[in-house]
Amino acid sequence: MQYTLSILVENQAGVLSKISGLFSRRGFNIDSLAVGVTNDPRVSRITIVANGDEYVIEQLEKQLNKVIPVIKVKRLTEGAFISRELILIKVHCPAAKRAEIIKTAEIMQAKIVDAAPNCVTVEYCECNSRVNTLIDLLKPYGIREIVRTGTIAIDRGSAGVSV
Amino acid sequence: MISGAEIMVKCLEAEGVKVVFGYPGATICPFYDKLYDSEIKHVLVRQEQNAAHAASGFARCSGRPGVCVATSGPGATNLITGIATAYTDSIPLVAITGQVRSDLLGRDVFQEADITGACEPFVKHSYLVSRTEDLPRVFKEAFHIASTGRKGPVLIDIPMDIQLREIESFEYPDSVNIIGYKPNVKGHAVQVKRAVEAIRASRRPLIVAGGGVLSSGIKPKFRKFADTTRIPVISTMMGIGVMPSEHDMYLGMLGTHGKAVANRALYEADLVIVCGARLGDRAVAAPHQMSENNTVIHIDIDPAEIGKNVKTEIPIVGDMKNVLAMLNEEIGDYQVPNQWQEAVKAWKKDLYRVPPKFEGFVEPRSLVANLSSMLRSKAILVADVGQNQIWCANNFRIREGRFLTTGGMGTMGYSIPAAVGAKFARPTRDVVVVCGDGSFQMSLNELATIAGNGLAIKIIIMRNHRLGMVRELQDFNYKGRHSATILKGDPDFLKIAEAYGIDSAEANSNEEAEEILKGVVKSDKPFILVCNVYPDTPSI
Ligand SMILES: Cc1ncc(C[n+]2csc(CCOP(=O)(O)OP(=O)(O)O)c2C)c(N)n1
Repeated sequence: MQYTLSILVENQAGVLSKISGLFSRRGFNIDSLAVGVTNDPRVSRITIVANGDEYVIEQLEKQLNKVIPVIKVKRLTEGAFISRELILIKVHCPAAKRAEIIKTAEIMQAKIVDAAPNCVTVEYCECNSRVNTLIDLLKPYGIREIVRTGTIAIDRGSAGVSV
Repeated sequence: MISGAEIMVKCLEAEGVKVVFGYPGATICPFYDKLYDSEIKHVLVRQEQNAAHAASGFARCSGRPGVCVATSGPGATNLITGIATAYTDSIPLVAITGQVRSDLLGRDVFQEADITGACEPFVKHSYLVSRTEDLPRVFKEAFHIASTGRKGPVLIDIPMDIQLREIESFEYPDSVNIIGYKPNVKGHAVQVKRAVEAIRASRRPLIVAGGGVLSSGIKPKFRKFADTTRIPVISTMMGIGVMPSEHDMYLGMLGTHGKAVANRALYEADLVIVCGARLGDRAVAAPHQMSENNTVIHIDIDPAEIGKNVKTEIPIVGDMKNVLAMLNEEIGDYQVPNQWQEAVKAWKKDLYRVPPKFEGFVEPRSLVANLSSMLRSKAILVADVGQNQIWCANNFRIREGRFLTTGGMGTMGYSIPAAVGAKFARPTRDVVVVCGDGSFQMSLNELATIAGNGLAIKIIIMRNHRLGMVRELQDFNYKGRHSATILKGDPDFLKIAEAYGIDSAEANSNEEAEEILKGVVKSDKPFILVCNVYPDTPSI
């Protein structure tokens, strides 16, 4: 089961390794991880997307709570949060295919942000599943490179995670 | 002006630290230089790992965090096993290490080791101090974190320039405020009510007591609770000493190496009240079976322990101290059904069986059983790891004293340094070590610490010329192929004792051993008794 954790931490050296260590020590892989400072400069927010069963997730939440610089851990409820990931995809693009690729990007509301004689770079900011759809659509043309920021997420409505 | 090193000493003084265990080196020299002028006693161990173990023994017997000190690089890495042991056993330590100058960090200079990185999985928290001004706050937090919530080791790594730099003034903070650290100690009233209802409804309730009961310092209150409710008690290895061994409702240690009657009681109970125990795999080999048979109430200060190993119906997060007080209040004059008490009394008769003797050898289980009567009631028994540990855990008749061993990590070589720490914490109590010939040789260098400080520690070596516990495992599971478990080339331990200026003797029968011990246990000098034990003596 895929889950998304939103973690508020004190903005200090070493916190990230403590948190990623909790996963790696138990042999769990992290699908994506994104970090950034919040509106309070002393506090950073880490968003982790990973896979595990109910027992594993509960254990991780509890272990994360034990890390001293961790202020709050929240597991976001499926369907009750908005998530986004920014992705840059460099696609192989001979002149003959250009129109097709541009059309595909348009349908998905992605942007072409760079072009060269034999390739284009597409920028896309969407939820994880739409990002994957775009990748699938572009695959047949030959993907040269993908760079993803990792998912960030926020509760819908007035719910939230705060100190 | 005041230097970082002087601030470090002042912080320790402000925390009321009287003894530290350590080993110096270049990067921690500024601190050692200031310590020279302080009232704080420094105990020079002979290897850093033992500084951490000694601090652990000290912490367990004093109720205050133990402090150990080492230099950077190899000094710091030598500490790791001791720190990891304290972490698994939930013992409060503050470990202080010197570090290379902060402008050299990451350049792999002489004796640089990333000790905060290396210790990451084994510490409750760690600091790499980057400003001299931060030292008072860091020390205050470190002592607070180590000694509250689920106790554990905290590491402070201090680069040499931070120790040398001078700042305007020193002021020790009188409170801490760590936003991410507010352990829940209170105990949830509704959960306690549910627990008491479950106890009242049950016919065969049982308490499993762990190290958490001892570390919250409520042994007398716990005993009173067990006495008034008459709920039978079994303990984990870390919980030994919670009840006096001879109590009619106490059935000994559970687990693969525990007492059959304790495991039987666990199996037959319809309600299990787990108090400050994590129920590791050595305690409950098949946790799912346990929860199939009974309802589980789990009281622990660490929410992450609840439901980790055993399925729990009624979780109560909180300090045993508070939860026990609430339970007491709620439970009134409840007493366990008579039938269950009678069953336990019948089992109790089977708790201690006299093991067969082997002619020409000391029977270790019988010796340990008789040891208590030779000691004062508050004696501290420190067992190492291996068969010697199981012999002690299952046979020592504890009264008001303590039983120290590493139940969580099982680090060979723990007993002698831990006894050093225990003796510094409780100089007037009898402190006795029981170890194997293998484990003795893992820390016999600390005989120098014992001799040098005139510590009246009595060491009983159970010599079987084997790494006995592994030998036994090989007999059971590896067709008796004794790969690397026969000790050859061991020295004459009596000559070793003599070399350190410690009196010693050898025994080949229980009568002989007891005769010798009676003569020396209460003396104010250290003593080593080498007991020749039949090599195939079983653990249980
Ligand atoms: C540091 C360390 N190394 C290895 C082990 C594995 N081990 C567990 S018990 C044991 C044998 C201990 O032998 P000894 O100290 O002679 O005690 P005995 O079992 O014979 O009583 C060993 C090697 C351990 N627990 N700790």
